[in-house]
Amino acid sequence: MSATPGAAVDLGDLGFGRGAHLLVQRALAGLPPGGRLAVSGRDPALRVHLPAWCRGRGHRVEWPDRGEPNELVAVVVRGSADDDRWFGAERAGPALPSALSSRPPARWALGARGALLEAGGPEARFDLDDRDLVWADIAPHLYAQAAARQWDPQTAVPWNDPFALPADVEAAVVQVMTYLVENEQAALVVPARFVGRIHPHFREVVQLLAVQMADEARHMEVFSRRALLRGAEMGTSSAGGRQSLFTLVAESDFALASFLLSVLGEGSFVDLLSFLHENAPDPVTRRICWLAMQDERRHVLFGMAHLEHQARLDPLLRDRLRAAIHRRHDALVDTAGLNADVFDALVLLAAGGWHPDDVSAGFDRVQALQHAMDQGRQRRLVRLGFRPDEAAALSALHTRNFM
Amino acid sequence: MPAPTVLMGAVAYDPKVVTIWEGFRTWLRGRGLDFDFVLYSHYERQVEDLLAGRIDAAWNSPLAWVRAERLAAVNGTAVRALTMRDTDQDLTSVVVVRADSPVHQIADLTGRVVAVGAVDSPQATLIPLDHLAAAGVAVDVRRFDVGVGLHGDHIGGERDAARALVAGEVDAACMIDANHLAFVQEGTLPPESTRIVAQTARYDHCNMTVRAPESDGVRLFGTLLLGMSYADPQVRPLLDLEGLTAWREGRTTGYDALADAVDTSGFYSLDGRVTATDYRP
Repeated sequence: MSATPGAAVDLGDLGFGRGAHLLVQRALAGLPPGGRLAVSGRDPALRVHLPAWCRGRGHRVEWPDRGEPNELVAVVVRGSADDDRWFGAERAGPALPSALSSRPPARWALGARGALLEAGGPEARFDLDDRDLVWADIAPHLYAQAAARQWDPQTAVPWNDPFALPADVEAAVVQVMTYLVENEQAALVVPARFVGRIHPHFREVVQLLAVQMADEARHMEVFSRRALLRGAEMGTSSAGGRQSLFTLVAESDFALASFLLSVLGEGSFVDLLSFLHENAPDPVTRRICWLAMQDERRHVLFGMAHLEHQARLDPLLRDRLRAAIHRRHDALVDTAGLNADVFDALVLLAAGGWHPDDVSAGFDRVQALQHAMDQGRQRRLVRLGFRPDEAAALSALHTRNFM
Repeated sequence: MPAPTVLMGAVAYDPKVVTIWEGFRTWLRGRGLDFDFVLYSHYERQVEDLLAGRIDAAWNSPLAWVRAERLAAVNGTAVRALTMRDTDQDLTSVVVVRADSPVHQIADLTGRVVAVGAVDSPQATLIPLDHLAAAGVAVDVRRFDVGVGLHGDHIGGERDAARALVAGEVDAACMIDANHLAFVQEGTLPPESTRIVAQTARYDHCNMTVRAPESDGVRLFGTLLLGMSYADPQVRPLLDLEGLTAWREGRTTGYDALADAVDTSGFYSLDGRVTATDYRP
């Protein structure tokens, strides 16, 4: 052999069939290309496996002269392939979300954020790749909170608590539950359409939307289960209600969909769920409305946070939001809006009985609910920078279907 | 002036051959060589077409190289190994027995059943059987003819031979060193279940065979191949698929053992005709 090796590794009895390459690799990592590593060991197949392994990785093997120590198998001369593989590699941005790229490149998309990316590979296109469009600083916090507050529909709801309702009250509950299921269904579909388009660099947003979808899946489950708890039939679904949901799921712009769904729709839904929590005739309905309300509040928070951030940076955003409300209003102007069966069911639940005074009081409560929804929408619109009078006008154009 | 051209032949032993050479074609064309390739279903026609001038270069197995050299000599022409992969140099084959076998040295294999790869596999059949014959060991050969005509490029015959060994159907099996390592690592051969009782001398494998003297296109082809860098992200995935980290200058010093084996087995005649009786590529 030509020169004294700079390093040595003793593999003992370990062969390449049981991971000897790890020791050789580790020892070679400390050498520069051309560096020499004396490899010794007692595995009988080592003299066959070591050169075969080296060949595939671009390392050269020198054989010992006679008279070298018995257990010296060969000297490995480190090749450059290991270094060449990482030539031109780059980090896919920072690991933590504190200094995110404003426009992460497509080549980062399928790597873990912050990972050292080998050059080459596919450029996966995620068209929602503008930080200002998708990101909100509160997203990691909201995700952590959302993950911590996932509840188990089986154990979080007192399904077996005894209660008995008059048939017409039970029917009103079934009707409201039917309405809630179809609205939650739309609330699941809307983020689902965007989650695969968001650049994974903004992974906390992707994670948050994924949990949001899981929230909606649970809501669909518990509302369906309550609807069928005492009977076998769901309530009615109006064409106008579905038309309203259609205009929501058809929105292909992330900011506008988020605005219509989270800020206006789910914002109104928080009030509705609070109303149902207060007026629920049974413990199961009361509990599931409370659980869903907690989740929906989080959805509204994120929608508001990322739109507030965007509105600060883009003065034209408000024009687009305004146009979206008008467009949706125009699309729905000839439809009936809220299913009349749902409205009547809400009145009955708030009335708690059939006496004319009860019905009158129930009617007042539903009107108060609609007023509260309107006030909430106006508050959120003002936070997004709309003048109060315009916020009032825009809120009035919101779908009568609530969501 | 039109760009120099090269039409290369390659044997389609696996679908990845298309990916590899389409990728290389793009890379080579981007560097001023009007390169294209044709695929063959076996090496014999590829060699004949190279000698007939229908293709300019042949990505040849070692056995195909031996035949090309013989056919060229008969024609009064010559072929040259333009380049080869770094992984084509200094290979060995091994003869493996089960760990509990009574066979402890090569002579103990006399009269035993030895599994080999396909009839035309240099590494799993021709070279190791010649190694045994040279040691005076006469064995009962059990052949696993997978991918005949592909000159052993298809790993199936070697793997079947290894499986037959583990199943106790044969006393020994022949394979290339890297496949012994691969079979141990993938579990085809459970670790410590086998012993190596013989290892051949080092030999070389594939090369890019061209006719001498080379055209401008062929010379440029060689220069460009040698310039491919593992640091280049465009070609690295192709180099990984083709199983090399760098192209080397071709050398022809590593084919003597195979040429001997070809003569001993009567696979080709000295003038390059296919003479193996049970070989139907």
